[in-house]
Amino acid sequence: MQLKSLKKRDNVLANAKRQLEVLSNGIFQDEELPTFRSKLKTLNLFPLQPKTLEILQINVGYMCNQVCAHCHVDAGPDRKEIMTRETMQQCLDVIIETGAHTLDLTGGAPEMNPHFRWFVEEATKVGVKEIIVRSNLTIITANKKYNDLPEFFKKHKVHVISSMPHWTEDKTDQQRGDGVFNASIKALKMLNAVGYGMPNSDLKLDLVYNPSGAFLPGNQAALEIDFKKALASKFDIQFHHLFSITNLPISRFLDYLIASENYEDYMYNLVEAFNPAAVNNVMCTNTLSVSWDGWLYDCDFNQMLELKVDSPVQHIRDFNKETLSKRTICISQHCYGCTAGAGSSCQGTVV
Amino acid sequence: MSNTYYEPSDLRKFGTITEWSEELGKKFFDYYGSVFEEGALSAREKSLIALAVSHVVKCPYCIDAYTQDGLKRGITKEEMMEAVHAGAAIESGATLVHSVQMMNKYKKLSM
Repeated sequence: MQLKSLKKRDNVLANAKRQLEVLSNGIFQDEELPTFRSKLKTLNLFPLQPKTLEILQINVGYMCNQVCAHCHVDAGPDRKEIMTRETMQQCLDVIIETGAHTLDLTGGAPEMNPHFRWFVEEATKVGVKEIIVRSNLTIITANKKYNDLPEFFKKHKVHVISSMPHWTEDKTDQQRGDGVFNASIKALKMLNAVGYGMPNSDLKLDLVYNPSGAFLPGNQAALEIDFKKALASKFDIQFHHLFSITNLPISRFLDYLIASENYEDYMYNLVEAFNPAAVNNVMCTNTLSVSWDGWLYDCDFNQMLELKVDSPVQHIRDFNKETLSKRTICISQHCYGCTAGAGSSCQGTVV
Repeated sequence: MSNTYYEPSDLRKFGTITEWSEELGKKFFDYYGSVFEEGALSAREKSLIALAVSHVVKCPYCIDAYTQDGLKRGITKEEMMEAVHAGAAIESGATLVHSVQMMNKYKKLSM
């Protein structure tokens, strides 16, 4: 398992342009498979346009205590990109102005941003309806200063969404690093202890399932039953829902697909599983993604591919609801990941 | 033409068998789809049965397909291997039970 980001290793795929080239060459250039654009055109679904903005997803920094093999952010301890308090304030101004109901905090490990707690406190003060933190769980046990995070989350009624690729140690550690499974179990117990994830509790704890390999996720409801059964019987752990998320072929997962000679088959699987019904509900239609330095993107994946919103307004400081609502969503072949099967978004399936 | 009898990428072309016999092909795929739906057995159980049978009939396409299907469903490698052993046990049992015939014949022909 690698302990450094693609960027630190000077891997060619750390370059977003190179990733976009890979996604447009080969099977797509030869027209062996249709591009995402031509697929949408065939179905009269092109161009994709945003609906009402409901979720502001903010990537507060790429720094993370883990180096997961599938990470689309290429996050890790060696990444230094961190959102400033000033940019956070601009995000808060936008959420007040637009009335978007959800602030979705992601990273990296969002808790590692030194202004993270301030941001959550301020968001609570201005009355954001739902604050989500995408926690990798292990951060809670990584250092003493993070041990009280469950209490902090509880105080602000933060909705915790955490990654858990499998209920077995080997499959989890294979994707997320040695020792991650046991640390995650410990963190889940700490969250359960303060009330998170318990039946009828309004302290929401959901898990995210990403396949640990070159295959698509199965039925979300069936997986949720299996996860609940296994985590309850083996570890006495409770949680609310399981969101299954498809791995998109970008960054470290793309690197893995190519190195393991699974890229073509994976793209075939994605294209074959294309579901027109999923297109209407893809998350880029109700979400805006903000990078650590304030740039705006249609989603977190486009952020990593450096595909800024196709609009005269591209930065949070210049935010204009009207102008942004007229934009067309930027797409490439990675978008097949969100339209495969029952669809995939940061809230799980969409169909 | 490929130089081998089995070409992994042919699995993707399975659906094209309907081109040469649309009616039968369609009937087969409809039937196939219905068989693997949730029923008295769960889709997960059926996937493991399919994996075991894939080995017994020694179909490399089916093994690829149902290993992938199992991974999608969160089926563990231990469960997959146990399923294959169940298939293998029946297959070897089917061979060994014929030895009763051998024993019968042996006895009949011997003084």
